[in-house]
Amino acid sequence: MQKLKQKTGIKIDLISSQKMAELTTMEKIRMILDSVRSDKIVILETGLSPDEESKLIEVTMSEIYPDEFTGIEIETHLPSTPSGSAFINKLMGRRTPSKLTVIGPANRIETLHKDEKLITTFISQK
Amino acid sequence: MMGLLKQLRDSISRAADKLFSGSKPKRIGIYGPPNVGKTTLANRIARDWTGDIIGTESKIPHETRRARRKENIEIERNGKIVTIDIVDTPGVTTKIDYHDFLDFGMSKKDAIRRSREATEGVAEAMHWLREDIDGVIYVLDSTQDPFTQVNIMLIGIIESRKLPVLIFANKIDLKKSNPTLIKQSFPQHKIVPLSALGGENMDEVYDSIADYFG
Repeated sequence: MQKLKQKTGIKIDLISSQKMAELTTMEKIRMILDSVRSDKIVILETGLSPDEESKLIEVTMSEIYPDEFTGIEIETHLPSTPSGSAFINKLMGRRTPSKLTVIGPANRIETLHKDEKLITTFISQK
Repeated sequence: MMGLLKQLRDSISRAADKLFSGSKPKRIGIYGPPNVGKTTLANRIARDWTGDIIGTESKIPHETRRARRKENIEIERNGKIVTIDIVDTPGVTTKIDYHDFLDFGMSKKDAIRRSREATEGVAEAMHWLREDIDGVIYVLDSTQDPFTQVNIMLIGIIESRKLPVLIFANKIDLKKSNPTLIKQSFPQHKIVPLSALGGENMDEVYDSIADYFG
């Protein structure tokens, strides 16, 4: 552990859908923001629900502080679905497909390219 | 004299309609990222139908840092009156850095104050969306790439709340404007191109508002 601390680089937390399912909305948001504020990049296997995303934006805003924390950069990647299947899923009451989500400190992560099939992100070292 | 009588009769009839309709005007939130022309649009709508304006327009991002409501805007389309409240909201983002305001010649103290107020404004806008909005006009700058995370997330949040939404592709008066890209990015929604500043295509704007929120 001591050796790891001395190394320079980027820390990434990969969080499984199982772990996310065990947490309440505020626990998820707290976990994400605590990691991001410790300069980690968080990758969520299944992402957040729209309501959780809305609360994440709100809580992030309340934590922005000059010269300390400028907010988050977030990117989600929805798996492509055959045309019409999203509508059928909704009709059948199936859950929205999981979306891989990357969240990091706004001053360290920058999206270079984004389309339906590819997201290219630049992560700078501190 | 006849004209005056007709005006009086119309105004009594409108008041009676409102009194007995039993329904409150729908609150329509104007949402979108910063600097896309939300307040310019809110002012255009308010000015066209009430003669007033709602807020101050500026090229500096986060000029609107408090949600502002203009009540009882009566929009007349094809002989029918649609009454709505317009809520002009602060631009939504996931990050705010006061250094960005220094580029506009602001002092550090003013830039920090503006960024603090802007963070409060974004949180307020999100709260309105969850609690107090009946429909959404989502404004995008048609000269910019619409496929951004904030747009995708916000439209997702609006859809999940099952709110009716119209997407307005603003700034079509500018050379780089490309409303087609917005149509391709959000094919599931009605897109209306317009220039809130120049007043282009406002007839379609008002037809759509009456159709979606009436």
